[in-house]
Amino acid sequence: MSSQVRAENVRQQTAPERQKAVAAQIEVPPEQIKYANLLLYCSWAGIGILMVTFLLYMSGIMGSYIPPAEISQYWGMSVHDYLVATGAPHGWGWLGMLGNSDYLNLIGIALLATLTVVGYVALLLPAYLRKKDIPYATIVMLEITVLTLAASGILKVGAH
Amino acid sequence: MLDGILAKAGLLMELANNSQVAQAVTQASGTPGMPWWAWPLILLVTCFIMGIVAVMAGVGGGVLFVPIVGSFFPFHLDFVRGAGLIVALAGALAAGPGLLKANLANLRLALPVALIASTFSIVGAFIGLALPADILQICLGITISLIAILFIFSKNSEFPNVGQPDTLSRSLNITGTYYEPSAGRPVKWTVWRTPQGFLLFVAIGMVAGMFGLGAGWANVPVLNLLMGAPLKIAVGSSKFLLSITDTSAAWVYLNQGAVLPIIAVPSVLGIMLGSLVGVKLLAGAKPKIVRNMVIVMLLFAGIRSLLKGLGY
Repeated sequence: MSSQVRAENVRQQTAPERQKAVAAQIEVPPEQIKYANLLLYCSWAGIGILMVTFLLYMSGIMGSYIPPAEISQYWGMSVHDYLVATGAPHGWGWLGMLGNSDYLNLIGIALLATLTVVGYVALLLPAYLRKKDIPYATIVMLEITVLTLAASGILKVGAH
Repeated sequence: MLDGILAKAGLLMELANNSQVAQAVTQASGTPGMPWWAWPLILLVTCFIMGIVAVMAGVGGGVLFVPIVGSFFPFHLDFVRGAGLIVALAGALAAGPGLLKANLANLRLALPVALIASTFSIVGAFIGLALPADILQICLGITISLIAILFIFSKNSEFPNVGQPDTLSRSLNITGTYYEPSAGRPVKWTVWRTPQGFLLFVAIGMVAGMFGLGAGWANVPVLNLLMGAPLKIAVGSSKFLLSITDTSAAWVYLNQGAVLPIIAVPSVLGIMLGSLVGVKLLAGAKPKIVRNMVIVMLLFAGIRSLLKGLGY
């Protein structure tokens, strides 16, 4: 093997390591990494909870407000008619129904829908305040307000 | 005597109410002859296939979910849109960490855009929940058909030429660096036309909330072609910002009682499992064929939704 070919082989072997080294030089803000880790662990936990609670619901091991066998009578109705026909709660009323396996499923869904606010409050807001990055701290605070308002159930919609 | 008349009138009203409810229940009782458990099972399988196709075609599962499930399943569009948002949210949350760590999803770009889109997705969600189902089906049909046409004609630019960053972009310091393996070097990027881009995210947020669609199909062209973000940054940031945009609309649907676990959970699980398989099949896929397939599926579902809304 000529020295030129050997050198080429060595270059090819070291190329991925070089790429990794260059990629590692990309500066990712620490708050971005922490936020990513929060999403990673909590979103998969949420999906795991969804799987378990759905099995409890479908298997009938645990009682439900509307048994799965009867839900087909309601799923073709508008949400307004469904609430009238079943007397199901809305807003945060589902929290009081967690003894029923169908409402237990909402824990996993609510966890997925809460992660962004948790990440903003616990990680991003303190990080931007520490950096005195006022525009981004303001954006984060506004987003927390918007998401909290949406989650609060204060806003109501007209029936159709 | 008056008491007797009132009592009889009350009884009649109660009977009428009960018969209305009974009629609505009978009308809404799904397809006769099909066992109830078949629908969640078919939904799981459909979403699994949708997850595979979506990954290979480079689109989010949400954009396929609402038109297809809304047109071909017996569920009311309110519950389909609620489930669609949860599907898009779960997909975005699962993809977000990898994109953030690789700096392909950039917080400086995503946070301001997400604030606008999430605020207006709430407005869209309320409009969607207040509109009659047939009007909504028509609007959805038109929107989905337009999205299909957008897919046909849109051309992405891997590294757009960006002129002088505007004042807003400079003041928010929207810039970043990511590693480009094809070039073997870091690529520094910035954006321009920020006010115009932000304005378009008002409309994107409204559409996302109104129809329960993940809005990646609209995010990417605006971030890439209008604002000049490199394609990988546009795709990565778009996917991540859905986790914020869809959160606000998802809460609205959840609070209004429009999330039925029997629809939402098999959909989420099906799409997530399908996406995992899709990623594995990606290497051997012919993206153009899969993309054309998605365009045909969207056109078909869009036209069906339109016809359904028109009462055909």
